[in-house]
Amino acid sequence: MQAVLPANSFLPFCVDNLNKESLTLYVQMIKSKVDEEDYWHSSKFKAFTFDDEDDELSRLKESRQAVNNIRRLVEEDDDEDDVERISWSGEPVGSISWSVKETAASSQRADREPAFPKISTDTPSISRSQSGYSLSSLFKGKPKVGNFQTFSDALTDSSVRLYAPELRKPKSEYKDYVSDWSPEETVQRLQQGKAVSLERFRTLQDKLLLLDHAIAAHDGNVITAVLIYLKRTLCKEVLFRELESRQTALRHFIHYLSETQNQRLLLELHRALGRAEDAALLQYKEHLSITDENKRRDFLKNCLSLPFSAEDLAHVQDHYTLLERQIIIEVTDRQAERGGKVEIFQKFPRKALILNMPLITTLYYCCFYHYAEPEGTFSSPLNIRQTFKISEKQYFVTALAARAKLKAWLDVDALFASRNWLGFTRKKSPLSFQRVVDILQKNSAPTHVLQDYVALVDDGELRLTLAQKHKCHDIVISTYRDMKDRQLLLGYRGKVVRGSAEERKIDDLLSNPQIRWKN
Amino acid sequence: MMRLRRSHLICCAASKEKMAAHLSYGRVNLNILREAARKELREFLDKCAGSKAIVWDEYLTGPFGLIAQYSLLKEHEVEKMFTLKNGRLPPADVKNIIFFVRPRLELMDIIADNITSEDRHHSSRDFHILFVPRRSMLCEQRLKEQGVLASFINIDEYILDLIPYDGDLLSMEYESAFRECYLENDQTSLYHTAKGLMTLQALYGTIPQIYGKGECARLVANMMLRMKREFAGSQNQILPVFDTLLLLDRNVDLLTPLATQLTYEGLIDEIYGISNGYVKLPPEKFAQKKQGEGSKDLPTEPKKLQLNSAEELYAEIRDKNFNAVGAALSKKAKIISAAFEERHNAKTVGEIKQFVSQLPHMQAARSSLANHTSIAELIKDITTSEAFFDNLTVEQEFMTGVDTDKVNTYIEDCIAQKDPLIKILRLVCMQSVCNNGLKHKVMDYYKREILQTYGYEHMLTLNNLEKAGLLKPQTGSRNNYPTIRKTLKLWMEDANEQNPNDISYVYSGYSPLSIRLTQILARPGWRSIEEVLKMLPGPHFEERQQLPSGLHKKRQQGENRTTLVFFLGGVTYAEIAALRFLSQVEDSGMEYVIATTKLINGTTWIKSLMDRPESPTQ
Repeated sequence: MQAVLPANSFLPFCVDNLNKESLTLYVQMIKSKVDEEDYWHSSKFKAFTFDDEDDELSRLKESRQAVNNIRRLVEEDDDEDDVERISWSGEPVGSISWSVKETAASSQRADREPAFPKISTDTPSISRSQSGYSLSSLFKGKPKVGNFQTFSDALTDSSVRLYAPELRKPKSEYKDYVSDWSPEETVQRLQQGKAVSLERFRTLQDKLLLLDHAIAAHDGNVITAVLIYLKRTLCKEVLFRELESRQTALRHFIHYLSETQNQRLLLELHRALGRAEDAALLQYKEHLSITDENKRRDFLKNCLSLPFSAEDLAHVQDHYTLLERQIIIEVTDRQAERGGKVEIFQKFPRKALILNMPLITTLYYCCFYHYAEPEGTFSSPLNIRQTFKISEKQYFVTALAARAKLKAWLDVDALFASRNWLGFTRKKSPLSFQRVVDILQKNSAPTHVLQDYVALVDDGELRLTLAQKHKCHDIVISTYRDMKDRQLLLGYRGKVVRGSAEERKIDDLLSNPQIRWKN
Repeated sequence: MMRLRRSHLICCAASKEKMAAHLSYGRVNLNILREAARKELREFLDKCAGSKAIVWDEYLTGPFGLIAQYSLLKEHEVEKMFTLKNGRLPPADVKNIIFFVRPRLELMDIIADNITSEDRHHSSRDFHILFVPRRSMLCEQRLKEQGVLASFINIDEYILDLIPYDGDLLSMEYESAFRECYLENDQTSLYHTAKGLMTLQALYGTIPQIYGKGECARLVANMMLRMKREFAGSQNQILPVFDTLLLLDRNVDLLTPLATQLTYEGLIDEIYGISNGYVKLPPEKFAQKKQGEGSKDLPTEPKKLQLNSAEELYAEIRDKNFNAVGAALSKKAKIISAAFEERHNAKTVGEIKQFVSQLPHMQAARSSLANHTSIAELIKDITTSEAFFDNLTVEQEFMTGVDTDKVNTYIEDCIAQKDPLIKILRLVCMQSVCNNGLKHKVMDYYKREILQTYGYEHMLTLNNLEKAGLLKPQTGSRNNYPTIRKTLKLWMEDANEQNPNDISYVYSGYSPLSIRLTQILARPGWRSIEEVLKMLPGPHFEERQQLPSGLHKKRQQGENRTTLVFFLGGVTYAEIAALRFLSQVEDSGMEYVIATTKLINGTTWIKSLMDRPESPTQ
């Protein structure tokens, strides 16, 4: 995918997630999180595991135990316990894909051995004539017609055959080359891969009849074969006009043109048929093959005049604006980095170019390197937010991650400052504080920072689990105190560091006669 | 057209390679098909007289592995095998070089490069191409443009339309079929499907009844009937094995592949990807630690396992809801442990001999148990994760019609944390399908967030999804999904995962629409759901094929009927599990054999619709 960042990219936050398009990898990411199994098991999963959740999971353990026990029993035989033989690469021995590697490897070995040049004992194939016959093949038994005759021969070889087919063919099959086949027969022969000349279809009417028969056969190969012939022998205007009333053939023709990368004709076709938007998209797609960023930018600029839908046009416009900006930022920042005067570039050297990165990645970059810039500059996060109408949530998440990565906790704090000018300093957030904690934790925020945000989680149960997970002891302790749960508090005492302030706090609470414990 | 007499095939089947016994366990002996394919292969190889080397399009080695092992090729003088790549062919002292390739233009360029790099003065090797599954006009033209077409002695095709995957499963492994049919409107895959079905009928008899739903289904049926007319001269004298053929368009049920499969096999595929019957797994769980040895060298290569019904334990658990797998494994563990304990009771020589003779079987069972315990543990780690749970919750909300008309916060959050794009697209498409299109505002919002986060070029992908109908703006018409859901009972509140009584167990509540249609067709018949059928895209139809007199089956009392269900555009493992469940239900009176263009899951399916930058050639 185009959006993939280089592995050594400068954005650890993005890299963690972006590179992984497939579920497989996405899942591996989750796996590392599952270490805290106790935590997850104790929480809310019901939908999939249903009533006896622990039961089911523990049964898996039973089977694991049995497997291990039996293994011990039969240890002596263990070496050969795989029913199927597996090679080092993990492929079963004898399978085709394994053998491909195996035989290829052995041939390389042979290659290294000194060898005398071999004189071929075979009849040298003298010259293979245009038609694809070699002398030796003529005498090699009974060749099948279809094998020697290629489709394209059939199409273009109007000069009937120069070689002498009667050498190897019974008279009856000689007819193959000279007869006038009906459109229907022609299509059938094409389907069977047999030789047939299309040149005899001369009039427009004949050609269209042939095309219609091909369409009726539904064999894409044959339809394409006929289309190639028509493309060669009809003028564009006529061909396009006729295709318009033959949708199936039209689709095959479009597919053929895009497969053979005949962009020019394809665009003309779309235009001729009034499929302006398809044509525009097709042209836009070409930008992907332009590597030079300035050329790509200019190309995108040209795209702006294409007949996109209003909605798509807005996206293309944004795409162009973004790349234009990235080019400017790249030039400026490269200079700043080389100059060695800007501290942030020295402390956190850039590991990849910002060119062609997605918008949000660019925003992250700017929040990282250009956070405090006035709104007037191209690289100011606020300016980017404004220009591209980035949603509040997206902006917030991105800025939060970037500033947390830099451990700029004051900036992080400021993000939450409510705009209330009455003097209240309540923290407000467009996304749940659970997510906030999650993002901070991913950027390895210290406990004292996390604690502030865990405390803001509304749901009591969730707050407690988060506090436990992130070792925000104070929150856990005071929650247990509020629950008047002496047992839980006692239990938690074992989880804090001996002799720490937390332990003392717990001890104080436990010996406090004022509290009426419920257990 | 393959026309083979059965007696001949049966004697082939008795030949020495007994690798595919599991194909003949099912209701229909699919080994016959495999043997036919092997015979074709042998015949082709013998046509190129003398020693040979095969240059493989790597993609094909997987599907071919289901047909033949290296030993078969070796018997026919294949001495070397290489992977197709640019540059000069490796030296090999053979008479023939055969390219086994799919008909793809980029492969033609590589072949051309191989040929032009060949040292013409010293080499007298003959070149052949075997196209799988069909020759292609475009490819031959490309070879001609590259000036190498004349170098080939032989250009042939190996018609590998339907590959037997398991005792009840056939796949064409035609990855791009859905994209071609619904995006590019290229019907070539349908032609191949019809051809494949003709081959199948040549081997298993004419299928008297054909039902179908969807545009593509209609086209395939038309082609089949037409092809039959063309062969009108030769009557098929084989007693029909299949009673009914049901052709289903994938776009009749766009919802099912988007949902996360919850059967054991389905989850293996969702998480690790099953390809040609093999899965590659992280090796850590499979490392065998012997006592006294530290974990000195952990394997780094992924562990590759073959998954099919030849493995007794796998056949037992593959179609279970994952939550029932733990219990099944532990039950098996007890049985195997008990069997090993038997050795204490073996006192006499005879008893000991008896025990020893069973050892290999027990060893195999133990190793199978060990493998599946490890896989189940790997999967459990994921299914118990918060991310998995949250994702599943949202899917189930959509499928039950909760808040499908608003921007979903979870999707929004996933985009914000840059979860894999395919995951996002799966969810957004699901919401669209369950709401019969998204409101303009909602759709615009999602689109903008996606483009801003993942890059504007994904505009092309979003366009594709719209063309395929997976993502669409709401039109004036009413959202008919709730009606469809209720009529077809697509959501079952009390799905029983342990002892299922309904197909909804495969998605822990959601019953795949495609399989409901199949189930209702068998009983009480589609007439009962005319209204809903009209809401789903494409025509529905019924056709009959005349059988020669004397071939009409006289059904025994209580004998089951057999239906071949063909999914045009792909089928998931969970859907297969649901059909197997229906086959096993007592008194259903119907057994199912499944065929498809490709085994898919939501991820591979969406991926096939994405627009990638052109040509990865460097």
